[in-house]
Amino acid sequence: PALAGDKLGLGREALPEEIAAWDVDVLPDGRGLPEGRGDVFTGEEVFAAACASCHGDFAEGVDNWPVLAGGFDTLDDKDPVKTVGSYWPYLSTVWDYVHRSMPFGAAQTLSADETYAIVAYILYSNDLVDDDFELSHENFAEFTMYNADGFIIDDRAETEYAIWSGEPCMTNCKDSAEITMRASVLDVTPDVEEDSASD
Amino acid sequence: MDDALKAPSRRAFLKGTAAVAAGSVAGAAAAGTPDPLITEVQDWASATGAGVDETPYGLPIRFEADVVRRNVEWLTASPISSINFTPIHALDGTITPQGCAFERHHSGAIELAKEDYRLMINGLVDTPLVFTYEDLERFPRENHVYFCECAANTGMEWAGAQLNGVQFTHGMIHNMEYTGVPLRALLNEAGLDAAGDLSDKWVYVEGADASSNGRSIPMEKALDDVLVAFKANGEALRMEHGYPVRLVVPGWEGNMWVKWLRRIEVTDMAVESREETSKYTDVLEDGTARKWTWVMDAKSVITSPSPQSPITHGPGPMVISGLAWSGHGKITRVDVSKDGGITWETARLGKQGDTKALTRFYLDTEWDGSDMLLQARAMDETGYVQPTKAQLREQRGENSVYHNNCIQTWHIKPNGEAENVEVS
Repeated sequence: PALAGDKLGLGREALPEEIAAWDVDVLPDGRGLPEGRGDVFTGEEVFAAACASCHGDFAEGVDNWPVLAGGFDTLDDKDPVKTVGSYWPYLSTVWDYVHRSMPFGAAQTLSADETYAIVAYILYSNDLVDDDFELSHENFAEFTMYNADGFIIDDRAETEYAIWSGEPCMTNCKDSAEITMRASVLDVTPDVEEDSASD
Repeated sequence: MDDALKAPSRRAFLKGTAAVAAGSVAGAAAAGTPDPLITEVQDWASATGAGVDETPYGLPIRFEADVVRRNVEWLTASPISSINFTPIHALDGTITPQGCAFERHHSGAIELAKEDYRLMINGLVDTPLVFTYEDLERFPRENHVYFCECAANTGMEWAGAQLNGVQFTHGMIHNMEYTGVPLRALLNEAGLDAAGDLSDKWVYVEGADASSNGRSIPMEKALDDVLVAFKANGEALRMEHGYPVRLVVPGWEGNMWVKWLRRIEVTDMAVESREETSKYTDVLEDGTARKWTWVMDAKSVITSPSPQSPITHGPGPMVISGLAWSGHGKITRVDVSKDGGITWETARLGKQGDTKALTRFYLDTEWDGSDMLLQARAMDETGYVQPTKAQLREQRGENSVYHNNCIQTWHIKPNGEAENVEVS
C-alpha cells in the first residue's frame, strides 16, 4: 500500500546523540558495531564475573538456564541441543544480544570491549577459535558461524498449504480412532485446585 | 501424591456430582417438593447490596475465582522470562478480558509512564523523529479486533499429549479490540523517500524493556495493517501488555507484537536478531530450520467440554463450544467430530468471523452419556483446512517448538470428565 500522503507535522527531529543511545543493533554484515576488541582470556574473566552464575564456567548452563556451548550436529536428533555454537547463524546476533540484553537483570552494563571479549570466550567455549583469539570490529566480518547455512525462509506456502486445502472429508474418514497417548500418564499439569483455593 | 494431575479433574468431577445432586433437588421440586431457593425469601431479596461508591474499578465476583491466568513452573528457568495462560476453558464469546489475558515477557513487565514514553523512528527515513505519547494520540485512529497468539502456543504438545487443560495447551492467546495509529502513518511522517525501493526494505522494532525483543518486519507488512496501539478493549493497555504503547501485527506470531514499543528503524536488511534466529525459528526433521515463519495458520480448539470444563449435567442436550482463528483472514467454517475424526458435523459460528480475529463456534447437540473423542477442525477464507498432528509431524518432525496448529482431541468419559489425548 502507498503511504498516507500529507504529513501532520507531529513529532520532532531526533538528535544524533539520541539515535546513538538507542540504535545499537548490529546487522549480520557487521554494520552497527562500535570500534573495540577483546580476547578469550579477558572474556573468561568477564564471563566468570558477569555470566557464569547462570551459564556456567564453560558456558555449559546451570540448572535450567540456557546452554551456550556444545550440541554440535544434534539438530536432527530426537532432542536437539540448540546453542550459540550449534545453532545460531550469525555472530552479529551474539554481540548485539549480549550487549543489549545481558546479563539478565543488569542489561546494558557491558562496554563494547567487554562484549567483544565475552563473545570471543563464547566462541572459544564452542571450540570455534583457539585460546589466543582476539575479536575486534576489524576481523568480525571474517568469522562464519557453524550453522550459518542451516536456515531456510518460511516455505509453508509451497510445502503445506496446497495439500491442506480444499473440501475436507466429512464421513467415513478413517476406519477407527484409538487413543494412543494420554496427558495423565505424564502428570505434569499444575494442580488447579491449589491455584483457586481462594474460592 | 503420584496422581496430582488427577486433582483438577477429580475436583471438577466432584463439583459436577454436586451439580447433578442439585439437579436432582430441582427434579424433586418438579415431583412435588418445593425449592426453598424459591419458597423462602433470600437475603438478597430483602436486605441491600453494595453501594455504587464501593468499587471504583471492579474485579469479577468471587465465585469466578477459577477464571484466572495460570503458569507452568517447569516450562522456563525464571518467571521473569516466561509465559502464563489465558483461562479460555471458562470464557465465551471472543473478547478476552484484559485482566486474565495471557502474558509473555522476556525481562518482566515494566512500568513505563506516559510522560516518560518516547518513540523514535530512525534509519532510512527522510527525517528521524521522536514522538511523545501525546503526539501519538493526535494521529487519526482506527479500531480493530485481532488475536495475539504466541508462536509457542500448543508447543509443548508436539511430542505427545502433555498438559491436561485447554488453558495450558491453547491459552497463549488473547483477542482484543485495539485503538491505535497505523504504522504507515508514523512512517509517512518520517518520510520514506530516502528508503528508495520499499519492496526490499524492513522495519526493525524494539521495546523499552531490557530484553528489547527486537524483530524485523518486511516493509510490505509494515505499510499494510500493523497498528501502533495504545488502547485495548476500550481502556489503556495493561502494564503487562505493553503500557502505554505496543505493536499490533495482525495474524502474525505474538513475539512480533513488541510491547513498550520505543523504536522503529527502517533498514535495508533483516537484523536477524536473537528473537528471529535463536528463537522463533522452527527446526525441521532434517535439522535445518525455517526462519521468518510469521503467519499463524488456521487453528481451533473446543474449550468446553475440556479437561478443566467437564460435563456436569449428565446426558441430554449439551453445547460444545470453542474458538477458531486464522492469521490468513476470516474463519469460514468449523467442523466438529465426536468420534475422533471418523465423521464430522459443521458447527455454527457465534457470529461471522472477523479477519485475523478469534471466532466463536457452537455445536448444539445431544449427549447419550457414552465416550466421545471430541475434535474441531477450522477452515479459513483461503481454503486452508486445519491439519492433524500426524500431518504436521509428517512435514516438520517433532522439534519445531513453534506453530503447532494441530487438531486437538479431548476424550470425554461417561462420567463427564475430559482428558487431553492423541488418537490414531
